[in-house]
Amino acid sequence: MIQNEKKDAVVQKLETQAKELRKTILTMIHEAKSGHPGGSLSAADIMAVLYFEELQVRPQDPHWEERDRFVLSKGHVCPVLYSCLALRGYFPMDVVKTLRKEGSMLQGHPDMKRCPGVDISTGSLGQGLSTAVGMALAAKRDERKYRVFCLVGDGESQEGQIWEAVQTAVKYQLDNLIIIVDNNGLQNDNTCEVVMPLGDLGVKFEAFGCSVQRIDGHSIPEIRTAFGFAREHRGGKPHCIVAKTVKGKGVSFMEHVVAWHGTPPNDEQYGTAIQEIEGGV
Amino acid sequence: MDTIQGLPTRDAYGKAIVALGEKNRNVYVVDCDIGKSCKTGEFMQTFPQQYVNVGIAEQNGCGLAAGLATCGKIPFVTTYAVFGSMRMLEQIRQEVCYPNLNVKIACSHGGFTPANDGASHQGIEDLGVLRTIPNMTVIAPADYHSAYALVKAAGADYYGPVYLRFTRDAVPFIYSEDDTFEIGKAKVLSEGSDITIISNGDILSRCVAAKDRLVESGISVRLLDMHTIKPIDREAVLDSIAKTRGIITVEDHNIINGLGSAVSEIVAEVGGCRVSRIGIQDQFGESAPYERLLEKNFITVDNIVETAMRMLK
Repeated sequence: MIQNEKKDAVVQKLETQAKELRKTILTMIHEAKSGHPGGSLSAADIMAVLYFEELQVRPQDPHWEERDRFVLSKGHVCPVLYSCLALRGYFPMDVVKTLRKEGSMLQGHPDMKRCPGVDISTGSLGQGLSTAVGMALAAKRDERKYRVFCLVGDGESQEGQIWEAVQTAVKYQLDNLIIIVDNNGLQNDNTCEVVMPLGDLGVKFEAFGCSVQRIDGHSIPEIRTAFGFAREHRGGKPHCIVAKTVKGKGVSFMEHVVAWHGTPPNDEQYGTAIQEIEGGV
Repeated sequence: MDTIQGLPTRDAYGKAIVALGEKNRNVYVVDCDIGKSCKTGEFMQTFPQQYVNVGIAEQNGCGLAAGLATCGKIPFVTTYAVFGSMRMLEQIRQEVCYPNLNVKIACSHGGFTPANDGASHQGIEDLGVLRTIPNMTVIAPADYHSAYALVKAAGADYYGPVYLRFTRDAVPFIYSEDDTFEIGKAKVLSEGSDITIISNGDILSRCVAAKDRLVESGISVRLLDMHTIKPIDREAVLDSIAKTRGIITVEDHNIINGLGSAVSEIVAEVGGCRVSRIGIQDQFGESAPYERLLEKNFITVDNIVETAMRMLK
């Protein structure tokens, strides 16, 4: 009983962090008057569990050699990553207001040379997973314990290079690699189904040889369980967590709407969105 | 004609990478299924823990190398020039050059040298394409010994992205193993006062022959090996403008955006002499003997000599 209450407290805390992430995402995109809210919001719960529980990192020592690596292969949703980094103390909170502004460490897409906590520059879709494979391979060869987490978009997996990277991860038995697919079903032009049907991504990753889990990407307990499984099971297969998500999650008028892929909210929309998130709707 | 006393520059790469791997266990080779042709076999046998083969998936090989580099490795992604410069070009730009990572792209079969393979395998645009990307260093060695030395220089104490172009066939020795080379510094093969010839890669040996003929005719020739096309040795070009009456560039590369263009960019800004460019005439090759492909593009000793005579008239 006491343990259950404890667990609930952890879940509650992570849910609160996810809310903070969502607010920060919208604040920075609103301030920048550009950016990608939809996919940032769909990944917020996953990222909350990663940055506030799972990842072994040291915000005061961002280049710590033994740190877990995180690769945001879908680099355009960097507002969610920047929010995590700010809330974890990699840089002061007020830096988030400089998103996409001249001279900012918070470039329109992640820049590892400017922003502490960014392990690799990304932004061109399909490429991040290959770099994550390189990092995981280096860990194996050097017999280091760190793991590599890579967030991939579902639309992004239309890129052939994603599958080149997966086959390499399988060949080299990179069970220290955890691929998370933000399966929100929408992309820039329309739904994935209309633009380029993906089929069942879990089946695809399984066929390539990954250990696949399917979860609700907005359920903190399910996300935690999936990460726990990946932590405990090191059977020589790379892990893939297909997280079913809702693009724009947490803001009613953004949910499931393609147009919020890359559109900033105006003042009124921003106010409404923040209210909704704070109200916990 | 004498038989060629020489070796292919790709053989030098195969040897140099082993020497690098021995000295530094962070030196990696990332092969893309053409390791046999690119001479990485000895490295693979000697250092299996520093060796990766991604198969026929160059783009992934480049990204993987970038990931390795963030963990302190010095990967040499190895493939043919046509793939290493173009199939994985955007990966080089995004994951190697933009974050300025210590990744080397080592490519055999540059220029027309895979002659009988035809146009699909002849990388005639590589140097130009890659020199356009910020942070990239671009090198095309002219013989076995310089290739060996420049690979070692690129992998030992030269931080950052480097593209190295090797070629398939044996090329004559121009240097000895005691010659030293510095990335970004042209090698002066001869000083002269009438005309400067600037070249690199396999074509340099033809320029040596052309120089000998010109000297026989009483013409004083300054001959430069511009093995590093970027960053180009600006001082060496300025010296050539000051010391001689004209510059001829000769390259096994498309006439657009290669060595001739790089030299002309400097000359156009400061003036002082004319530049004549000899190179591939903005056309694809075909399956044919290497010599024939060069002839069809006027990349011949005769044409170098005639061009020099014409410029000095």
